Amino acid sequence: MTVLGFCDLGISYGAVPAVASFNDILHSGEWLCLIGPNGAGKSTVLKAAAGLVSYSGSIAIDQQEIAKKSARWRAQHIAYVPQVPVIPTDMSVHEYVMLGRNPYISHFATESANDRDVVERVLNRLDLVSFARRTLGTLSGGERQRLVIARALAQEAPVLLLDEPTSALDIGHQQQALELVDGLRREHGLTVVSAMHDLTLAGLYADRLVLMHQGFRVREGTAQHVLRAETLAEFYGVSARVHHEPDGTVVVIPQRAASK
Amino acid sequence: MIGPAGPSWWRVPLELLDRLPLVHVRSGVSAAEWNIIWQIRMPRVVLAALVGAMLSVAGAGYQGVFRNPLVDPYLLGVAAGAGLGATVVFSLNRNNTLHWVVDPLPVAAFAGALLAVLVTYVVGTAFGSMRSSTTLVLAGVAVTSLATAIQTFVLQRNNDVVRQVYSWILGRLSSATWADVRLVLPYISISLVVLLMHRRLLDVMRIGDEEATALGTNVRRVRLIVVLAATLGTAAAVAVSGLIGFVGIIVPHAVRLLAGASYKKVLPLSILLGAAFLVAADIPSRVLADPAETPIGIVTAFFGAPFFLMLLRTRDTSR
Repeated sequence: MTVLGFCDLGISYGAVPAVASFNDILHSGEWLCLIGPNGAGKSTVLKAAAGLVSYSGSIAIDQQEIAKKSARWRAQHIAYVPQVPVIPTDMSVHEYVMLGRNPYISHFATESANDRDVVERVLNRLDLVSFARRTLGTLSGGERQRLVIARALAQEAPVLLLDEPTSALDIGHQQQALELVDGLRREHGLTVVSAMHDLTLAGLYADRLVLMHQGFRVREGTAQHVLRAETLAEFYGVSARVHHEPDGTVVVIPQRAASK
Repeated sequence: MIGPAGPSWWRVPLELLDRLPLVHVRSGVSAAEWNIIWQIRMPRVVLAALVGAMLSVAGAGYQGVFRNPLVDPYLLGVAAGAGLGATVVFSLNRNNTLHWVVDPLPVAAFAGALLAVLVTYVVGTAFGSMRSSTTLVLAGVAVTSLATAIQTFVLQRNNDVVRQVYSWILGRLSSATWADVRLVLPYISISLVVLLMHRRLLDVMRIGDEEATALGTNVRRVRLIVVLAATLGTAAAVAVSGLIGFVGIIVPHAVRLLAGASYKKVLPLSILLGAAFLVAADIPSRVLADPAETPIGIVTAFFGAPFFLMLLRTRDTSR
């Protein structure tokens, strides 16, 4: 089943084009990773789908154009985790996860019993129950990242957008966060679109990679297909070796200029 | 209950009790003393409670939509606009020679306050992309400066009213009447209800415009409604009581320190604490310079600032 479709998507900031003629179709449960150098337009695609920037062309969920739907409808179908989330240090963990229920609560109403149940389940699933009364200021970076994912999960949206979900984490917490997302997408059939800089991790978790460069899609496919030394040299200007493990994992190893 | 004239303080609750249906208590309050209680003290206490509640909750609302803890209800030019309106009335009517049907002072202050915020909003949204609220705040600064400049100019030409204007700016509840209460009650009630209805959305706004938008909230509309409601109530409060500073910052912060930062608690508790704070602050304002009045703005700052510092210190050591 088609869940998320981009058709001839174009986005510009003022007169500056950021993304042009972007097309893609994602299936339910698929994980697509957008890669590319800084300024390639990865985050911009995610922001358009999250309703934060206006666009030309179409972004649709189950063939329903999101621009024609209400903001609440969009938030019920698309959850967005920004690159640097705003963390109100004096807010409690429970309150923060409850914010994810905002799309289901009408303007002046308060949380229903169902909203509280959902938050309870999410806190349980992500092992955050013992944190529920703590304030955000007391959490570590890894715990915060888990919390932001918890808030997105409380939205119960079929599509999850992750902008650089691991850029602020150490290697252990990177793995933890991505394993968590991967587990959740298998449990709930979530469709995931992430933008990532770590190419090895991107190849490890995503079903499919899309390489963007100056607003255009330039390569698309599996990690083996997209992550090639000559491709990376062309679009990132990087000198790197690409190593293929026997299990199919693709490892990107940057090289020092002096060793050439 | 407390003031330079009137019955002993302990007789007042007895008398009030006696006035209740089916209750009979001998309080020993004479008819003249009852007049002081009911016509002079009571409206003053009620007005102090209304104004205190309004300024506190408006401050909390502004702090919420601008995500800035230092913002007060006078941010977008309410104070300067009201000050200008009042100055113009004092200057035109310096000898009470003009006779208006209604007291022009609150009307002019109210109009000046709303006009100033309107200009701020139009200018701020016309030139800014509204991606951030910074443009609006800067427009408020500009409008405040402009209104203050005009006010100073008017004062320079009419320097015999400087004293009256100055005392108005420092806040006054001394001349409160039931008419004042009736004048502000509708505006303050509407404002309080609208602000309270936004308590959950103000919590959503705490994670910033972008994430609140991604969660399906129309951030611009929430900001507009909260600012309009807070401004309407603040302008009404300023119109009858002058500029009582500090309440709009100190009360919401005290509530946050005591009960947590969620607007579901901050808004209702600010109403209660704000009302109590201003009623209490009005007592020294009546007796400090007995029989003269001390402007209540001085009292709120004088007692509020150390209290606030003490709260901050308590929180620091409890962590």
